Order: sequence, then C-alpha cells, then structure tokens
Amino acid sequence: MSENVAVIGIGHSKFGTRKDVNTAELCWESMKPAFETANLEPKDIDFFAVGNAGIWSSEAAIPALVAEYADLAPKGSMRVEAACASGSAAVRVGYTAIKSGIADLALALGVEKMQESPNPNVIELIGRFGSYFWEFENFGLTFPAYYALHGTAYMMKYGATEEDYARVAVKNHYYGAKNPYAQFQKEIDIETVLKSPYIAWPFKLFDCSPITDGSACVILASEEKVKELGIEEKVWILGQGVGTGTANLSRREEFTSLASARYAAEQAYKMAGIDIDNPANYLDGANVHDCFTAPEIIAYEDLRFCKRGEGYKLIRDEQTYIGGKIPVNVDGGLKAKGHPIGATGVSQAVEAYKQLLQKAEPGRQADINKGRWLAHNVGGTGHYTYVTIYGLEKR
Amino acid sequence: MDEKVKKNLEEFGFPVIVDERSGAMQWVDMRELRLRYIISIENIKPFYEGLREGKLMATKCKKCGRIFFPPQKDCPSCFDSDIEWVEMKKEGTLETMTVVFVKPPSFGQYDPYPVAIAKLDDGPKILAWYNGDPQQVKPGQRVKVQVSRRKEGYLMYELAPI
Repeated sequence: MSENVAVIGIGHSKFGTRKDVNTAELCWESMKPAFETANLEPKDIDFFAVGNAGIWSSEAAIPALVAEYADLAPKGSMRVEAACASGSAAVRVGYTAIKSGIADLALALGVEKMQESPNPNVIELIGRFGSYFWEFENFGLTFPAYYALHGTAYMMKYGATEEDYARVAVKNHYYGAKNPYAQFQKEIDIETVLKSPYIAWPFKLFDCSPITDGSACVILASEEKVKELGIEEKVWILGQGVGTGTANLSRREEFTSLASARYAAEQAYKMAGIDIDNPANYLDGANVHDCFTAPEIIAYEDLRFCKRGEGYKLIRDEQTYIGGKIPVNVDGGLKAKGHPIGATGVSQAVEAYKQLLQKAEPGRQADINKGRWLAHNVGGTGHYTYVTIYGLEKR
Repeated sequence: MDEKVKKNLEEFGFPVIVDERSGAMQWVDMRELRLRYIISIENIKPFYEGLREGKLMATKCKKCGRIFFPPQKDCPSCFDSDIEWVEMKKEGTLETMTVVFVKPPSFGQYDPYPVAIAKLDDGPKILAWYNGDPQQVKPGQRVKVQVSRRKEGYLMYELAPI
C-alpha cells in the first residue's frame, strides 16, 4: 500500500489534426517524454491504463497496440472508457493500483484519433454518449445540444448572456495562443464568437471545442518508489473524487449544474483537506471541462469557486485570468487546446504538473503560492465527473 | 468510393490519398461498416401500445408508488418488479430548450429541430422535440405532450406550446 501517489513523468503530443501520424505513433509522442522526465524505461512499468473512447477510429485494442509499439508487453493493462473523462479514468486506475499496493509504477495514457472519421460521422457518434435509446434515437441530440440545454437553463435562471459565454472562448483562446501544444494558437475577440454560425442554440461555432487528435501520458509512482528513485520533480495526487449522473437528462433535478461534478468535488476536497466553503483559497489554479463555453461557467459553481448563479460574473470580471481570483484553463482549455476525448483528462494532469513546477510556457504560467492545482474532467453531460487535486506537498 | 482514391488504387495499386492540408499520405479503409442496433422493448410494450392511442405511459411501483419515465420494469428502491402502467397527464412546464442546427447525418432529412425538456404536472420530466416557434418561448412556458408521425413513418411523442 502507498498512502501517497505522485506524478513523476509527463508527456503531451501536439493536439490538432494529426494526419501525419497513426495511433501508435501518436501515443509514443507523449509516452517518450513521459519516460524521459521520469528517467524510466518501459520495462520499469508495473501496470498501464489507456483512456480512449474510440469508435471513430480504427484501432480498438490500444493497450495491446502500445504494448507492442512501446515495449510494454507483457505488463498488465486495460482500456478504460468514461466518455470525455476517459483520460481521468485512466489516471484513476493507475492511482488506485498504486494506492492499493498492486503496483509501484503505473502509466496512464490518453489518446484519441477522432479525425480518422469524417466530421459528420464524429458528430453522429459523439451525440450517442447519453441515453442512446430515449434521447438520441428519437430526438437526435448532439453533444453541443446536450450542453446547450444547460446553457439555456443557466441564461434563463441567472440572466447570463451569449456574450458572457463568448468571454470564456476569448480567455481560452488567449491562453491557447501561448501553448505550443494547442490546436488553436490564435487569439479571438467577442465579435468573432458572436458572429459565428449556430451549432446548437445558444452555442455557436466558437462556443464549441473542436474535433481533435492527440495523446497525453503521465507516469505515477508510489511514495516508496519516489524515495528509491530519488525523484525531485513530482506532484502528488492529494485527492480524487468521481461521480456518475443519470443517462437521461430528463431524470435530472436541474440543468444549471451537474450533480456528478458537485459530488466529485466534495469527495476530492475532503480527501485533499480543502475547505469546501472556500476552495479557491487553497488553489493556484484549475483546469475545468470547457467542452463548450457555458459548462466552464457552470464548473466554477459546481467546484464552489463562487456561489451558484455568480459564475458568469467571474468571467465578466476576468477573475479566471492569471492574476484573478483563480486562473482557469490557462493552457487554452478544451476550447482552444483541443479535446481529443480520451486524452483530455491526462492532458489536465500534465498541465497540473507543469503549472505547479512552474514549467508552463511564457505568458501562461500562473503564480504558484499555495501549491495546489485542480482538474475537473466531465464525461458526457455530467454522466461522469472526475475531480482531481494535485499538490507540491504530500498530505 | 472517392474518385481520387479510385484513381490512386488503379495507378498505384493501393487505396491511398494525400491529405490536402498536411500533405500526409492516408490509407482509405476498405472495410465500410453500417451500424443498426436491434434493441429489446419486450418489457415496455405497453408504452408503445399507449402511444398508438395517443397516451403517454409511465411505470409505477405498486409497493412504493415511485413513477418511472422513461418507463422501467424494476424498482430499485423496493427490489421489486411488481409495477403497473399509468397514464401521464399530458401537460407540463417547459424547463429548457435548444435548437439543433448541426445535425447528425442520420437526422439529415430534418430541418433544424428544437429540443426541449419539460416537467410534467404528474412529476416526471420529459425530453422531446418542441413543435412550436422557439423564439416565442417564455420562462414558465406551458406545454402539452402530443403524438405525431415521423418522416420515417413511426409514432413518437413531442412537446407543443399551449
């Protein structure tokens, strides 16, 4: 058993349209730097988990594919799926394997090659991550539409505007422009967002995260291994909470919040010893699941960075930029960095490591005073939520 | 098959294309798959019988009275499968909506469609297409559930303003 688990190696591929590589090559692009930063080789790994939602891409047995390509065979593995939170699910498997004592060194890889299928097919398939039979089969819900139902409810209840949502896109593009791994490295203004065509009202093209190829990788180690290897650069997993929501949106209490996210946040804060009434005081920043603009605002509230109904004011007052109350998605978020479904959760772990160890690229490094960073990764529309707290000091 | 792929197949002997943006060589999969699932509705047949008569049916646990919509045949509160079918009153209040402009290809035959969630006066919520002008919707909009025939030829429930 290891009470504490550390991230000791990280790797991140360039996110975007990656027609230049196949799935295994894309995986290796993030695995290689992960091994290098941890100063380890594939043979050192006890167990590995691969977050991948698949269906739009050709290879299904990705753990076996990388076992072959990266010399991980015959080590134990599994592919894990939790829709857009598949990457965090992979981190979860590695984390619990080490915490339980079954493994000392685990690798968590997230990968998605969405552009092996044409865009319309991806739009079709990604709309099926809720209740297929009741909500997709008869009513053709798409992924943007699922979240748009929340975006509308939020505007109706609290008086937020489409312009407020646009501000989230502007912020995340601002930071994406400073992240060399981001799909979109270009700043935009509010007008660009507001003038873009509707995808699912009230969301327009620039309210939406893109269809992305990419991979990210972390290597996790037990406390004993960290000592044995003399690892200096690492961040600890201080807590992780996981929640699940109902398949049908019609079975939910409300549409201005995600119950699974609130549940996961409470668990994670409790584990990490963070005051649930004022978590922003304990954090230097956060990555939240901004697959669309409105859900970033809802995440502020579910994570208790502000009161319910006040999230839109945080972005309006630029409080989630660096220097504000709590910097959020200063790597560009899903919105600008890109959202390769299975890789996103692992990418957030990579970002937590980089931020806390002050290795972020110029112009997007947050001030690190409290030594803690939060990652909020949602699968589907609150069908799954993982909240993970990373820290410089173990508990 | 794409004309370019066909041409390359004939000229080079492989189903390949060069990606226009990146210039990277791509293999175009020869194994096309069409997906159509066959899903059991054996235990919710009364729902479809009700729909044919214009009724919206839900299930209710005989022991604890819990109502399920969409209908389910087992009550996890009571560990009991002794359920009855009950007709829902077809009125409620709209809670939220969207309009799907970019549609899945399998819905390509439809114009952009509004989708709404309403809370029925009987308790459960319902998600369905909204047959009305989305621009006229006001907070607290009252709606009714009605049954209409889809372009594909089958009956389905929808929401409409009162």
